[in-house]
Amino acid sequence: MKKEQKKLYTLLVYSENVAGILNQVTAAFTRRQVNIESLNVSASSIPGVHKYTITAWSDEDQIQKIVGQIEKKIDVVKANYFTDDQLFIRESGLYKLATQMVLENSEVSRTIRRYGASIIEVNPTYTIVMKFGLTEDIISLFRALDAFGCVLQYTRSGRIAVTRGMQEQVSEFLEEREKNG
Amino acid sequence: MRALQAEGVKTIFGYPGGAIMPVYDALFDYTRGEKKCFDHILVRHEQGATHAAEGYARVSGQVGVALVTSGPGVTNCLTGIADAMMDSTPIVVIAGQVPIGALGTDAFQEVDLVGVSQPISKWSYQIRHAEDVSWAVSRAFYIARTGRPGPVVLDFAKNAQTEEIDYNPQKVNFIRSYVPYPKLEAEAVKKAAELINTAKKPLALVGQGVELGNAQSELRAFLEKADIPAGRTMLGLSALPSDHPLNAGMLGMHGNYAVNLKEQECDVLIAIGMRFSDRVTGNLKTYAKQAKIIHLDIDRSEIDKNVKTDVAIVADCKESLPALTSLINKADHKEWRDSFKPLDEKEREKVIEPAIHPKEGPLLMGEVVNAVAKQAPDDAILVTDVGQNQLFATRYFKYLHKRSICTSGGLGTMGYGMPAAIGATFAAPQRTVCCFMGDGGFQMCIEELGTIMEQKCPVKMIVMNNHYLGNVRQWQDMFWMRRKSFTKMMNPDYEQIAKGYGISYQAVTEREKLVAAIRDMLTTDGPYILECAILEEDNVLPMTPPGMDVDKMMLEV
Repeated sequence: MKKEQKKLYTLLVYSENVAGILNQVTAAFTRRQVNIESLNVSASSIPGVHKYTITAWSDEDQIQKIVGQIEKKIDVVKANYFTDDQLFIRESGLYKLATQMVLENSEVSRTIRRYGASIIEVNPTYTIVMKFGLTEDIISLFRALDAFGCVLQYTRSGRIAVTRGMQEQVSEFLEEREKNG
Repeated sequence: MRALQAEGVKTIFGYPGGAIMPVYDALFDYTRGEKKCFDHILVRHEQGATHAAEGYARVSGQVGVALVTSGPGVTNCLTGIADAMMDSTPIVVIAGQVPIGALGTDAFQEVDLVGVSQPISKWSYQIRHAEDVSWAVSRAFYIARTGRPGPVVLDFAKNAQTEEIDYNPQKVNFIRSYVPYPKLEAEAVKKAAELINTAKKPLALVGQGVELGNAQSELRAFLEKADIPAGRTMLGLSALPSDHPLNAGMLGMHGNYAVNLKEQECDVLIAIGMRFSDRVTGNLKTYAKQAKIIHLDIDRSEIDKNVKTDVAIVADCKESLPALTSLINKADHKEWRDSFKPLDEKEREKVIEPAIHPKEGPLLMGEVVNAVAKQAPDDAILVTDVGQNQLFATRYFKYLHKRSICTSGGLGTMGYGMPAAIGATFAAPQRTVCCFMGDGGFQMCIEELGTIMEQKCPVKMIVMNNHYLGNVRQWQDMFWMRRKSFTKMMNPDYEQIAKGYGISYQAVTEREKLVAAIRDMLTTDGPYILECAILEEDNVLPMTPPGMDVDKMMLEV
């Protein structure tokens, strides 16, 4: 499939907190040779339930099948897929810059301010800059800083996201299940 | 042991080894004397244990159990686990594992079982401590048998086998993240009924889901009320008796001619407990495009997986079929049903008659199967291996009783037949088990003749010997310019083999002797090997070449 026909989808997967689930979730992608673009795992607001936020380039048909296979796993509570317009999305970027070059070129700090990034640590050797935002902004800041030649290290986190919908599907599903179980 | 007892286990197929010795030691007491509650069947290879458990499960409807050791013991089971996953067969494989302190050290006979079995099992779990045992065993059986059934793997660390605790029975019948029986949606049933009520040419496709849901009579009531002809998948063959007037034959690549063509002509297609395998649909781009598709399945992930549906009813068919039946009108589709007849007739004349009543030449597989089916009791169970033997056997056997077929459908596992037949004899000791194999598959799990000998399993083995891996040879002839690459086989003297195991044996080479030989096989107590000398280069017909449109099915090569 050509990249142009693909779209970036975000999967939100909720599972019980037991060993081995991540393997099962990623295996659904591997089997179809779909690359995972980013992955974030953390505890969710529901006690004992973990939340996976996964992004992947694919088409809807394929993503639907992957979600179906993931949700089928015994300890997976819910799996859904979304496009960007259905979600509030954030990622974060960390930039380790050479302090001397930051001091020598005032454009560097101006760029950091312009992007709304914050400086969280400064010592004589390096300066750590952090930025929250959307993928493009974080990458764009990296490119800008990199052009000054001051970047020692750069890393971008996986996406985290919450839905724009009014319903909290997972907690409602679990309440319903506990009531009938 | 008590956890297994609590799950109603009666028969265990297994093979001991180092990491499972504590369990085997306990089993010693539970298989004899006053504590006896299990039969343990010692197989000859762990793969055989899983297929036997599958055969047992398929015929009995209960969960089949295999007990093996760690490392190679359980890697030998992987084929059977994958097979059970593809064919929705409820089995629980309990395997030893090194003590948890030794995990990850490449200890003797250590393998990352949970890691390797996860993609091919419904659930895979490591029991690390004795207090987990009761919960894990109960959860394993609950998962294996409920919803869409499947294989469960328990990886039983040796320390957990020897730790002593007070037995604290636990019963799992609820898992909050697992919905085995989705709630029937009334709206979907209503929509489906509307489609069926307006249909002029409805066609039902019946799969194994009907047998797994034990909804055979609900199916008949549904079909009969709206007068809907029904094709069955290979695994669903005994969901509807073969002599039922609405039975339209077998679906798929080597199924019946009329029903394959009619899939491209029907206006409403009702798929019930089947998964639109590529062996059924052929080319998906052209498959049943003219029809509205209704899909009944218990597994939501099957909906729209291969064929896009117009209405999906995700529920147990035991519940959804009666709900649908109550909303559909009584109908008569005589004209539509009659339109199958000329095609059936054509197939009978061009394919079936020459296959089952040949006038001359060596024996044919179709004729052997047909002759066995004629003499076997009505409730006989068909077990097949994989290949031409399977396609001929499934085409020409009879299915008058529910749960009458064991065959490896999805995975297509050669070597499945003999051990599955062993399992079938334990599930239904009063029924005749006919196991058709080719000379290839017979040799793939031939070691299980030892199990048959020891247990005196009354398996009627029909070895259809054509000195070829016949199905691959057929494809080589049809699609690979007759280049028969490694499909011709030199065979051992099966009579000597039968003699070595003390199993009754007879060879048939002449047509005139076939009926008497089959009679002899069926009336002899205990196991029997009937070797039939088959025409070397016979082809299974009709056939839809792989990936082709189902209505391009060929009646002749």
